[in-house]
Amino acid sequence: MKIQRPGPLAVALALAVGAFLLLPLLAVVPISFTPSRMLSMPQGSLSLTHYRQLIDNPDWLSAILLSTKVGVLTSVISTALATSFALGIWMLQPRFSSLLVGFVLLPMIVPPVVSAMTLYFLLTGLSRFSQAIGFDSVIGVTMAHIVMTVPFAVVMVLVALAQVDRRIDLAARGLGATVSQRIFHVILPNIGFGVATAALLVFVLSWEEIGVTLFITSVDAITLPRLMWMGLRDNVDPAIAAISVVLIVITTLVLLMRMAFQRRPEFEEE
Amino acid sequence: MRNRTAIWPALALTAPLVLFLACAYALPFLGVALWSVTLPELGTGQYQRLVGDPLVASVFTRTFRICLVVTVVAVAAAYAITYVWVRGSRLQRRVIEICIFVPFWISLLTRAFGWLALLSNRGLFNSWMQALGLIDGPLALVRNQPSVIAGMVHVLIPFAVLPLASAMRAVDERVLLAARGMGASRLRIFWSVFLPLTLPGVIGATLIVFVFSLGFFVTPAILGGGRSIMVAELVYLRMFQSPDWGLGAAISVALVILVAALMALLSRFARLALTGGGK
Repeated sequence: MKIQRPGPLAVALALAVGAFLLLPLLAVVPISFTPSRMLSMPQGSLSLTHYRQLIDNPDWLSAILLSTKVGVLTSVISTALATSFALGIWMLQPRFSSLLVGFVLLPMIVPPVVSAMTLYFLLTGLSRFSQAIGFDSVIGVTMAHIVMTVPFAVVMVLVALAQVDRRIDLAARGLGATVSQRIFHVILPNIGFGVATAALLVFVLSWEEIGVTLFITSVDAITLPRLMWMGLRDNVDPAIAAISVVLIVITTLVLLMRMAFQRRPEFEEE
Repeated sequence: MRNRTAIWPALALTAPLVLFLACAYALPFLGVALWSVTLPELGTGQYQRLVGDPLVASVFTRTFRICLVVTVVAVAAAYAITYVWVRGSRLQRRVIEICIFVPFWISLLTRAFGWLALLSNRGLFNSWMQALGLIDGPLALVRNQPSVIAGMVHVLIPFAVLPLASAMRAVDERVLLAARGMGASRLRIFWSVFLPLTLPGVIGATLIVFVFSLGFFVTPAILGGGRSIMVAELVYLRMFQSPDWGLGAAISVALVILVAALMALLSRFARLALTGGGK
């Protein structure tokens, strides 16, 4: 039973904040149909020029492909590392684990610009051994993205593990299961949804990453956000409006799909 | 029940990630710390510049000022929206959930661009206002400090929502019922009972938002138009435009220390909220 329902003033304030949150996303849509080559509202006629450019211009296409490649690689490696780590923490008892978890979550807490500087240091150092793994390389960007996304994956998998009933693991152990049998036949099947969500989240985070990518790339490893950044700073290219609309639509669809597939809505009260 | 898993397999499972981050993150950070005292020469000169150099000091002051404003506005806005999200009707909750989480998942760049699309000279707002004849020429609404604040608030509201929501959900319904039973009005219940009970959440949200806002880079760089530079952008400029890596490194180390201090404060509040707030 709820007695304190929000009054009209509270609802009006909340809707104002909601409008504030959605407005900049909606404003992108009309701009993307402008026929002009400058950022402007379409006057009279609409045009799909800027959407065509995404396909015709090789820069956009190669950036999209590179971002997808880095995103998939990051997602697989980051989720695997995080799952292994979280399983270890779950089996280990709390005494050590809080320190280890704290260490692993650092890249999420430290200001991104500091992480960017740190990864710049790492990758320029690696460049001295080989260009292929250092500054401005696909492997370098992937490595940096793994560092930045792995804390989020760890959190997701730990949350999933917290809902596993420890007694099924105890039963497996009682029946003589080895550690690997317990992991692959008992625990992992129970956290499949959590691991899949973590993989999806990591892909999205890597696909969007700009703060660190900006520091560690220059001309070769141009990811999609990196290309958008270059077109955003001075005279704004309306092709960015087109790609933004595409990204907003994809994100919204993924979110709606996730809401539909989710067995128990996370933020809903019972 | 005691977990009797042998400790070694469990540690072995954690090892790959811990070793990876030790090599790819912790060690390089020590390298950055080393830069801060060796570039261009050995000594603490760069740290003295943090307080002594008027340019650096003014950037720090501006950053703190912007972050304070952003934090206050973001937490207040988040409180309003979270209140309805937690206590509203089913429909209200659905609508608000979409308002909070769709922008949350969209990249910083797209959102900064959204503000440009909305507020720039030939953007949505100016075009419509001119079409309606309310203004003669376009108003300069972006590439200034208020647009940086709006953009940052936009990014940070969802981060404030989560701690606020958990504090609001923890409020005991019976306390509100008791207040109602004793004749308090809805406003009075909110002001004298609900708000004080959710104060730990407000403090938590404030600290989280402030910590996150300190390191902001993308949003101020695009919406500020290079005029109101914040600390993170200064690091970028010192790395890539006027190479002064020592200063960039010193600012990084200072930021980490600041964030660590704020996080220590946060964990103390979290503990207070856990032990004192629930009873």
